[in-house]
Amino acid sequence: MLDVIGAPSVDALFADVPAGALLSAPIAGLAPHASEMAVERHMKRHASRNLVAGEVPFFLGAGAYRHHIPASVDHLIQRGEFLTAYTPYQPEIAQGTLQVLFEFQTQVARLFGTDIANASMYDGSTACWEAIAMACRVTRRGRAVLSGGLHPHYAGTAATMARFAGDALELLAPELSPEADDAAVIAALDGETACVVVQYPDVFGRIPDLAAIAEAAHARGALLVAVVTDPVMLGLLEAPGALGADIVVGEGQSLGVGLQFGGPYLGLFGCNEKFVRQMPGRLCGETVDADGKRGFVLTLSTREQHIRREKATSNICTNSGLCALAFSIHLSLLGGEGLARMARASHANARALAQALAAIPGVSVLNSAYGEEFTVLLPREARGVVRDLAARGVLGGVALGRLFPGSAGLHHAVVVCTSECTTPQDIAALAEALTEILHGAAA
Amino acid sequence: MSAPNAAGWRPTMVAGTPASTAETSSGDRGLALEEALIFELATNATCGVDFDGDDVAPDPALSRFLRGAAPALPGLSEPEAVRHYTRLSRQNYAIDLGPFPLGSCTMKHNPRLNEKIARLPGFADIHPLAPAQTVQGALAVIAELADWLVALTGMAGVAMTPKAGAHGELCGLLCIRAAHEAMQGPGGQNRRLVLVPESAHGTNPATAAFAGYGVESIPAAADGRVDLAALLARLEGEAAAEVAAVMITNPNTCGLFERDMVAISAAAHAAGAYVYCDGANFNAIVGKVRPGDLGIDAMHINLHKTFSTPHGGGGPGSGPVVLSAALVPFAPLPFVARGADGAMTLIEEENAGEHHPHSFGRMAAFHGQMGMFTRALAYILSHGADGLAQVAEDAVLNANYVLRSLEDVLEAPFAAAGPCMHEALFSDNGLGGGFSTLDIAKGLIDEGFHPMTVYFPLVVHGAMLVEPTETESKAGLDRFIASLRSLALRARAGDDSLKSAPHFAPRRRLDETLAARKPRLVWRED
Repeated sequence: MLDVIGAPSVDALFADVPAGALLSAPIAGLAPHASEMAVERHMKRHASRNLVAGEVPFFLGAGAYRHHIPASVDHLIQRGEFLTAYTPYQPEIAQGTLQVLFEFQTQVARLFGTDIANASMYDGSTACWEAIAMACRVTRRGRAVLSGGLHPHYAGTAATMARFAGDALELLAPELSPEADDAAVIAALDGETACVVVQYPDVFGRIPDLAAIAEAAHARGALLVAVVTDPVMLGLLEAPGALGADIVVGEGQSLGVGLQFGGPYLGLFGCNEKFVRQMPGRLCGETVDADGKRGFVLTLSTREQHIRREKATSNICTNSGLCALAFSIHLSLLGGEGLARMARASHANARALAQALAAIPGVSVLNSAYGEEFTVLLPREARGVVRDLAARGVLGGVALGRLFPGSAGLHHAVVVCTSECTTPQDIAALAEALTEILHGAAA
Repeated sequence: MSAPNAAGWRPTMVAGTPASTAETSSGDRGLALEEALIFELATNATCGVDFDGDDVAPDPALSRFLRGAAPALPGLSEPEAVRHYTRLSRQNYAIDLGPFPLGSCTMKHNPRLNEKIARLPGFADIHPLAPAQTVQGALAVIAELADWLVALTGMAGVAMTPKAGAHGELCGLLCIRAAHEAMQGPGGQNRRLVLVPESAHGTNPATAAFAGYGVESIPAAADGRVDLAALLARLEGEAAAEVAAVMITNPNTCGLFERDMVAISAAAHAAGAYVYCDGANFNAIVGKVRPGDLGIDAMHINLHKTFSTPHGGGGPGSGPVVLSAALVPFAPLPFVARGADGAMTLIEEENAGEHHPHSFGRMAAFHGQMGMFTRALAYILSHGADGLAQVAEDAVLNANYVLRSLEDVLEAPFAAAGPCMHEALFSDNGLGGGFSTLDIAKGLIDEGFHPMTVYFPLVVHGAMLVEPTETESKAGLDRFIASLRSLALRARAGDDSLKSAPHFAPRRRLDETLAARKPRLVWRED
């Protein structure tokens, strides 16, 4: 090969690198190559030091949800033709990926009750910021109101971006009340507001009245951005789009993707069709080929960075394609009735959990209504309780003190979550461990 | 140098492309199987998933929030689903089928050990908000990968949370902006500009705009590199005080090393600006050159390129950003800290005030792309320091072999001046007869290959950017070169059948104009 190239050595091909910067030996202090079995052994040692959710009583949610994923999902996403393909830039040989994206967009739009949806964002939190940025473009306003029930990581992401983009965010204070903060959201609206951002159900598991908020927002010329962190709940609850939300974003991880310690996840983004040219991210559209056969292509790319550069609607390029495939397969296996059944099963387990926990002296349930997730008030600071539960092999929820370190009034509360995977034994184990921690073994 | 493609022009279907006539009654052709949409196959009553226990009606307290009917989503049984997606998969080209020489994309083989590792329940089935005491192994993986990335790049630290390359760019620019603001007070209005070479990826100017900066383009010189004189002039005098950063890709998108990188960095620093490097092409230099030695302040690393986490038809990616000592204090939350006793701590909002008070904040929920971290770390450990250097050497060797094997039939605008790095750039100048890069690309599809990156970078007319990567053998390269050579010769000979290629793919040229003019983005019954 060097003869064809006409170079004396491989290092000669690095001639443009400044002499002082080209390394002549492997970087000191780094290990040399290793065999497959050695690497596997090393990585398994790391893996063994983590407490696996599926092996213990598990009640964590707060933006990442553990639902049952049918075995065929992971099998199918490992088809090499899906796993090792690139973004479908050559549509003639990428119809598999493109048709999946078209089906995915349709599924998301139907689930959200929006006209259209895009081909995915990185995750729910970044999709939420993109929605705020889009609402500012659409309304030509620069102020957003964020419900106190919005996941604090989502609010934090939005705050970071707004600070640099020069937009004004009004983040409402989180309050431990049985109902969502609809009234405060509506009261914060003004004539400069581009959008209000409301999580549905919220991070405390409460369910806002989206229709009322949408009506108030629209009356002030603002958009309603609804945020769904577990789309499984839309098997039970009315679709946000049907209640008047203009943009609906969400985290799709709970369908098909799994927990994975927080990523990669799947940003969902749906909206009213009239906003299509202001949307971020890739869009797949239907067309025909030279023989008149139906086919699919990436379309409306004049919004995107590779064409529009600094005037693009987003800088996103790589998205969450394989996670979108997993989501779409899982949702196809469920169908609408299956999704509703899954949501009812999760909800039924949440009711059983609420009943068991409320029976413990000093413990009460905050929410007046909830789906699969709700807030529990404890007689003392919750972070220590959660750590004590973990020491007993129970993953017993997310302490609000971890999510809202600046809000001392929330620190004795914990948000707990169930799914169709939760068993009566799991619930009994949490109730028993919590009773012991709060009241001693004799209680 | 060939004429630039200033308009970013890219043709699609040529009007009058003739239809093909051979048909079957089913629409399928042997193993070339068509597949309907799920919405045409199924109703929402079917469910391919089992549930335990009785179906219980919801709490009456929920009644005012309930939806009227189940969502209108089609359901498939397991055999139907397996067949639907398997049939669709066969309409995709993929690395597992052959070379995927997309320039700038680094489509290399994805070792399957990494898939196995990522699926260990100890990594795949752990919750991001589980107490730190229960996820010490996961935090150790993040810390160990961070150590490798820092050592490989010769930088001071790394932000692990960005979710892909463009998100990493944003992270780097926000660190830069926070650093300027810390010196000048909030606003940092003086430094409002980022300088971006015109050959840059589109994400660079888009990111700069999202970080609140104006973008000023720096021209390319005749040798395909940044016009050093123009850049240095821009960094001198009073007007340099408005420059926040120089955003540069190295090796650049023409496949060339920016040999003046050290001088560029020095000039930027002298002007009070920082240097951001787009690390998309790190595969050319991993283990051979440390960006920190070139004066770079921030660079994202696409784990889904250099470190071989699979692209999955468009993502997910992962874009950790290595940072110079000047920028580390501003890195986003959260990150992992290793205690003296070996215990891993997560630095997040709860404890950042004490440990990391200057962070610019959070840019996504949770801790980054853990599923990519496990794969990338397994890849890095498999290769080691020696193997990673060989990755770069073989990638550069392969690209130069492609360049020299084809420069007699395809114009290679910068080849005369010396070797390329890990990608070979050609243009469609000289094909004649109205033949363009599009025809060559579609011809490659008929030859059984995925085309190279086309019409990028914009500084070359009809660019064809070929990145073979190190995982193609010489025999594989020879087959690809033979096909590309035959296509170039067919174009030069005026073989018009190329203009209607592909003829043998699952679809022929698709009408992108129709798709954009009348967008149909969801399936509707009509």
